[in-house]
Amino acid sequence: MSTPVSSPSSTAPQPPVQPVFGHRHLLGIEPLKPHEITAILDLADSYAELNRRPEKHANALVGLTQINMFFENSTRTQASFEIAGKRLGADVMNMAMQASSIKKGETLIDTAMTLNAMHPDLLVVRHPHSGAVDLLAQKVNCAVLNAGDGKHEHPTQALLDALTIRRAKGRLHRLNIAICGDVAHSRVARSNLILLGKMENRIRLIGPPTLVPSQFAEFGAEIYDDMREGLKDVDVVMMLRLQKERMDGGFIPSEREYFHRYGLDAEKLSHAKSDAIVMHPGPMNRGVEIDGTLADDINRSVIQEQVEMGVAVRMAAMDLLAQNLRAERSATAG
Amino acid sequence: MTLLFINARLIDPEADTDSLGALLVQDGKITEVLPEGTEPGQLFRARNIDENSAEVFDCGGKCLAPGIVDIGVKVCEPGERHKESYKTAGLAAAAGGVTTIVTRPDTTPSIDSPETLEFVTRRAQADAPVHVLPMAALTKGREGCEMTEIGFLMDAGAVAFSDCDHVVSNTKVFSRALTYARSCGALVIAHPQEPLLSAGAAATSGKFAALRGLPAVSPMAERMGLDRDIALLEMTGAKYHADQITTARALPALERAKANGLDITAGTSIHHLTLNELDVADYRTFFKVKPPLRSEDDRLAVAEAVRTGLIDTISSMHTPQDEESKRLPFEEAAAGAVALETLLAAAMRLYHADLLDLPTLFRALALNPAKRLGLASGRLATGAPADLVLFDPDQPFVMDRFQLKSKSQNTPYDGQRMQGRVLATYVTGAPVYRRD
Repeated sequence: MSTPVSSPSSTAPQPPVQPVFGHRHLLGIEPLKPHEITAILDLADSYAELNRRPEKHANALVGLTQINMFFENSTRTQASFEIAGKRLGADVMNMAMQASSIKKGETLIDTAMTLNAMHPDLLVVRHPHSGAVDLLAQKVNCAVLNAGDGKHEHPTQALLDALTIRRAKGRLHRLNIAICGDVAHSRVARSNLILLGKMENRIRLIGPPTLVPSQFAEFGAEIYDDMREGLKDVDVVMMLRLQKERMDGGFIPSEREYFHRYGLDAEKLSHAKSDAIVMHPGPMNRGVEIDGTLADDINRSVIQEQVEMGVAVRMAAMDLLAQNLRAERSATAG
Repeated sequence: MTLLFINARLIDPEADTDSLGALLVQDGKITEVLPEGTEPGQLFRARNIDENSAEVFDCGGKCLAPGIVDIGVKVCEPGERHKESYKTAGLAAAAGGVTTIVTRPDTTPSIDSPETLEFVTRRAQADAPVHVLPMAALTKGREGCEMTEIGFLMDAGAVAFSDCDHVVSNTKVFSRALTYARSCGALVIAHPQEPLLSAGAAATSGKFAALRGLPAVSPMAERMGLDRDIALLEMTGAKYHADQITTARALPALERAKANGLDITAGTSIHHLTLNELDVADYRTFFKVKPPLRSEDDRLAVAEAVRTGLIDTISSMHTPQDEESKRLPFEEAAAGAVALETLLAAAMRLYHADLLDLPTLFRALALNPAKRLGLASGRLATGAPADLVLFDPDQPFVMDRFQLKSKSQNTPYDGQRMQGRVLATYVTGAPVYRRD
C-alpha cells in the first residue's frame, strides 16, 4: 500500500537534524513554540486531505501500540483518537478507567506503571484533575498525549480549532476571536487562549464574571460581560459548553437567563463581522449556550468541520511524537 | 555540670543584639552572659567552679542563639505513626535547632480529652530528646460543635487549644469556647480563614492558578476569617493567636486589633516566608500547603510584618505526609510539608536576603513563642533554661530530603541550595544534637 502523504517517518533515515517538533509528549499548548504549532497544523492539513479519500490509510504508526486511557467520560475525543490511530496503522486499545482498577483503589501512578510494563508507544490520557497527565507522563517511557486534564489544558482541541480557523479564514494571525461562556471551568478555553495568543490574535473573553474571572485579563485577553458589545466586529466566535458537571455552586441563576444573556443566536451574532464563523467544541447544550438552528447553519457554523479536523490534528500530533520516539530509540540502540 | 561557651556570636533577641561573647551554663540554666575575651580559667576561679568538672566549648565565632520554640508541629501519634513518631520528630527537631515543639492535636483520634493528652505526654517523655508541649483541641473531635474539657486539659498539661485547620464556623460555639477559655486563662490558637470561600482550594487565585486550572481561593478569605475572629475577641476578651497570617490584606486588620488592645498575637509559616505560588511550577505536590502559597507581594509583606513585630512568631507548621499522600494529582494530594529540620536553614534565606537580621529572626522563632506560652526559654538571659542552638549562618549545602531524620521526607526544599547549618543543639544544658 502506498500513500501520497509525505511523512518523514516513511522516508529513508536522514542525518540527525533538529526535529520540527521538539517534545517527547503533548501535554499542553503552553510549552509549544509558534513554529511547532504550525508544523502540526501543516501536517494535519495533509492528513485532512487523506481523510477525505476513499482509502484513508497511512503507515506512520505501524507497529506501534496506542492506549487510550480515559478517566473521565468521553465519546467524541476518544473516538477521534481511536480513528486517528487506526488510520495511521497503530494497534489501538481503549481503557475505560472509571470502570477498572481505579475503583479498586489503585493509584494513578500504579495504573501508569502497570500499563508502562506492557510497552505502549503512545498513551492518550484524559483525567478529571489538573496536572494529572503531567504526573503520569513523568512515570512512563512512551509518548503521552493529553486528551484533557481537569481545568488545565486540552491541546488537541485547541489545535483542531486552530486548523479549522486557518482553513476557514486563510490565516491564523491578526484575527479578532471571541471565546464565550464558561471560561472558568474550561480547559478548552485555556488551551485556545494560549495558542491563539502565541499566534498573535486579539482575544476577547465573554461571559458573566462568575464564569470569566478577571485574572484572565493577565493573559492579555479583553474581558466583556456584555455579549453584544464583546462580539462587535469579531472574525471568530467560539462558544464553550456550560459545564454543568463542574459547577459546585451557583455560578448562574438559571439556564434560561443564561441563554437570554449569553446564548448565541442570530441576533447576537449579527454584531460580529458578517463572515464570522461559529465554533463549538461539543457536545452542545442546544438552547443553553447556542441556538440549535444557528448551530446547524452551514453558512456560519464550522462545528462539523471541527470534528473532522480533530481526527487530522490527532493523526499529525501522534505522527510527530512517534517520529521523535523512534529517533530517540534508534539513538539509544545505536 | 558546668558548660562555658566562649568565642560565640551571641544572638540575643531580647536585647536585640548580635555580638561576640561567652555564655556560662550551670545545672541546665544560663547563669551568666559574659563579654568577649572571657578567659575560662580566670572565670572559673572567680566563680569558685571546679575546672575539672567544667567543659569549655569554643564556638569559633559561630552563632549561639536561644533554641527555637515551634508552635504547631504535627507529630502523627496517635494514628499515623508511620508518618512521624515522637522519636523521629524529636530527632528532627534537635537536628534543626528546635528545642521546644508545641504539638498539634489534629491526630487520629484528635487530642481532645485528658486521656489522649496523657498518652501524648507519655510518648513524648519516653522518646523525644527535646521539650514537647502538647496543644489540645478546642472542640471535641475538632468538629466545631462542643467545647472540650478545657480545665481538665490544662491540668493535664495542654498549653493551648486549637482545632488546627478546622475553622469553628459556628460563631455561637466559637464565642462560648473563647469566653470559657478566657476564664481558664487558656490560649486559643485559630486558623483565620472563611471556610466556605476556601472550600476545595488548592492554590491562591490569580494568574498562576488560572493557568494551571487549579481550584483557587482569594487571599480575602484569610482577611474575612481574621476579621470575624477579631470581632469575637472584642466580644469575649479571650487570649488568641492566629496560627498563620500569610497575606498582605490581613495585616491592617491585625494591626488595628493590636492597637485596640486585644490580647491577640499572630504567627506565620516558614514556607509562606520563603516560597511563593510560582514554586508549585508543574504541579509539584511538595509545595502544596494549607493555606496555599501566596504571591510574591504577599510574601514580602509578611516578611516585613515579621520585621516590624506585627507578626509575632514564625513556625515550621511541620506536617509529615508519606509518599503515597503526595504522589497524586495536585488537587488530590495531601497538604503540608515537613520543616522541623529545615526551619533554621530556610530562615537564613531571609537573613541573607537582608529582609530580617538574626536577633529579629530569633525574636519570632524563639522569644515571642516562648513568651506567648509563658515559658522562661527563648532568651539568652541569666536564669533562663540553657536551650540553645549553635549554628553557622553561612555554611552552604544542597538539601537532600533523604538525609532528613523525619519519617516523612516531604520537604519543598529538596534539591535546593541552602545556606546556614545547625552545628549543635542543647536542651537544658545537655547536647541533643551535634553535627560531625
